[in-house]
Amino acid sequence: MQSRWVSNSGWLVAVTVAVVLSGACAPKRPPVAMPVQPPLATSESQVVPQTPPAPTPVPVTESPMVMPKIPDDPMASRSIDDLNRESPLQPVFFEYDSAALSAAARGTLDANAAVLRKYPAWAVTAEGHCDERGTAEYNTALAERRAAAARTYLVSLGIPAERLHIVSYGKEFPFDPGHAEEAWAKNRRAHFVITSK
Amino acid sequence: MMRHRTSSLVCCVAGVAVFILAATARFPAASPVESIQTPPPQARPPQQQSEIVLSLSGEPGARPRCAVPDFIARSSDAETADAARLLGVVLWDDLAFEREFYMIPRDTYRSIQAATSMQTVPFDRWRELGADALVIGSVEKTGPTSFRVEVRLFDVRTGRSAMAREYNGSTSNPRLYAHTSADEIHQAQRALRGAARTKLTFTSDRDGNRMGGTVQQRGVKEIYISDYDGANQRRVTTTKTLNLYPAWSPDARTIAYTSYETGFPDIYLSLIYQGIRETPTGGKYQNWLSAWSPDGTRLCFTSTRDDNSELYVMDRNGSNLRRLTNNPAIDTTPTWSPSGTQIAFTSDRGGAPQIYVIDVDGLNVRKLTTESYCDRPTWSPAPFNEIAYESRTGSGYDIKVYTLATQEVRQLTSGEGSNESPSYAPNGRHLAFSSTRSGKRQLYTIGRDGQGLKQVTTVGNNQTPDWSR
Repeated sequence: MQSRWVSNSGWLVAVTVAVVLSGACAPKRPPVAMPVQPPLATSESQVVPQTPPAPTPVPVTESPMVMPKIPDDPMASRSIDDLNRESPLQPVFFEYDSAALSAAARGTLDANAAVLRKYPAWAVTAEGHCDERGTAEYNTALAERRAAAARTYLVSLGIPAERLHIVSYGKEFPFDPGHAEEAWAKNRRAHFVITSK
Repeated sequence: MMRHRTSSLVCCVAGVAVFILAATARFPAASPVESIQTPPPQARPPQQQSEIVLSLSGEPGARPRCAVPDFIARSSDAETADAARLLGVVLWDDLAFEREFYMIPRDTYRSIQAATSMQTVPFDRWRELGADALVIGSVEKTGPTSFRVEVRLFDVRTGRSAMAREYNGSTSNPRLYAHTSADEIHQAQRALRGAARTKLTFTSDRDGNRMGGTVQQRGVKEIYISDYDGANQRRVTTTKTLNLYPAWSPDARTIAYTSYETGFPDIYLSLIYQGIRETPTGGKYQNWLSAWSPDGTRLCFTSTRDDNSELYVMDRNGSNLRRLTNNPAIDTTPTWSPSGTQIAFTSDRGGAPQIYVIDVDGLNVRKLTTESYCDRPTWSPAPFNEIAYESRTGSGYDIKVYTLATQEVRQLTSGEGSNESPSYAPNGRHLAFSSTRSGKRQLYTIGRDGQGLKQVTTVGNNQTPDWSR
């Protein structure tokens, strides 16, 4: 049995080689240069017909759906705590006793939206904060309004609402413990925290 | 017929006898017995309750002058001696708190020899001191963990006892004997429900813990309770998160509070003597700052479930939830009227936050204040009809009171520090509030006339007190 298979495969190999050699030796038609039709001649220019450039070879890919790997993306691999420490999403600040988004705030939110689109798996909570000058009770509601304003704007930019939560901390957690306007301005904010990725 | 006449004759004689007894002021030897804990049934001779109450008075137009020396220690151990001293001090403070009596300062008692028994009180010495009323008490150890405390209120001029009480109970909380005596004296002498046995609940950061899992290492705040005078401060929550806005139920057995333990604010009911916790909102939506109806069956609170800070009312088990306010402005910090038919709250629908009132059915919203910034109304209990709130004055806040009948506003604090979050005592005569006048935020109590300021807490930062029944 075995000896017959060997003799049969030998035939196959010989036939294949013959086919290949015949293909390689067959005369090829040279590539035809197709001259580009020159534009209508004007008094200013004489367009020289040019040969089109040779097509660049396309690398063969194993699977057409695999994206090319971009090395060194820090965001993809960090833990949530590390991410929040670096604050990839910038806070937006508000005027005293107000939850209205300024132009600067909207710009910051545009940038945040871009980051959120880049990492569609992130879920984010917008925290609302107030400075120390208001009363604790009313400030809980005012801070909620600030976070809600930021969220509404992000949703209007196309970020899915399910990814964005809001929470109000009133004036409980100031970022700057100082007692002057520089500190207070930093505390009137909507602050973004990544909660899952 | 004969029997009828005989029985009516006997009643007459008995009545006359009682009258004679009372007129000669020979107080029965067996005083009426009152126990802190449930007493075992005892066979006592039936007593006719005397309708004649000896009411103490001072000079016309002045308050009666009252003295409370140290109690007599009838047992010789250190615990009894300490309790005897403590009870004198605490009862003096309790009586001074309501300002119905003028309390003679205790350092003037040094010249008077301490009585060794109720029968040998040197009334003439106390009269020299100008006392109209004198409280003599005694403490006796009746077992390893039990006291018998006797308290008598004397009319100094005549030496007659106007009130006598005997308490039997545990040694674990001696202050309670003094508090109970003070309430009984106020009730009998002034027809007044004293505050000596009431409690405060508040939020404190004194534990200094930090919340886990956040980058910023934020501070934790827990719910505490204490006696009305700041004694026996005890922590209620141990959730190591932000716990705010505690509120006593009217029966003083449950505290409703707002907690961020799920990451979002929600309302929890803590039955503190049973160790049970309830979540009437079912963990849905964000809810905070709840207020009990006066009958304890409903809660009004702030929620953003309809994408705006609005007020909602629900039964205490979460059923029958309905929306109360309907305005794109912020509506928050509810407080119920004593009749349970109206709710005062804070709203910024006119611009800056002001105090408004709404009927419990949601109709008839009306504005009360026209100041620069008002928040956190609290409605006084009966018989007063006024609403206290915090109002911006300068860089901080002061406590103000709006009288509903006259629409007048009076100011209780005067700009020392920032004074916020008022809460009425159940008799309406005092308010608790927080103030930064001593640096950190501490709790104080003050009379509704702005007099009698007293500091209650000293440790950590303490805010948003609520006063129980």
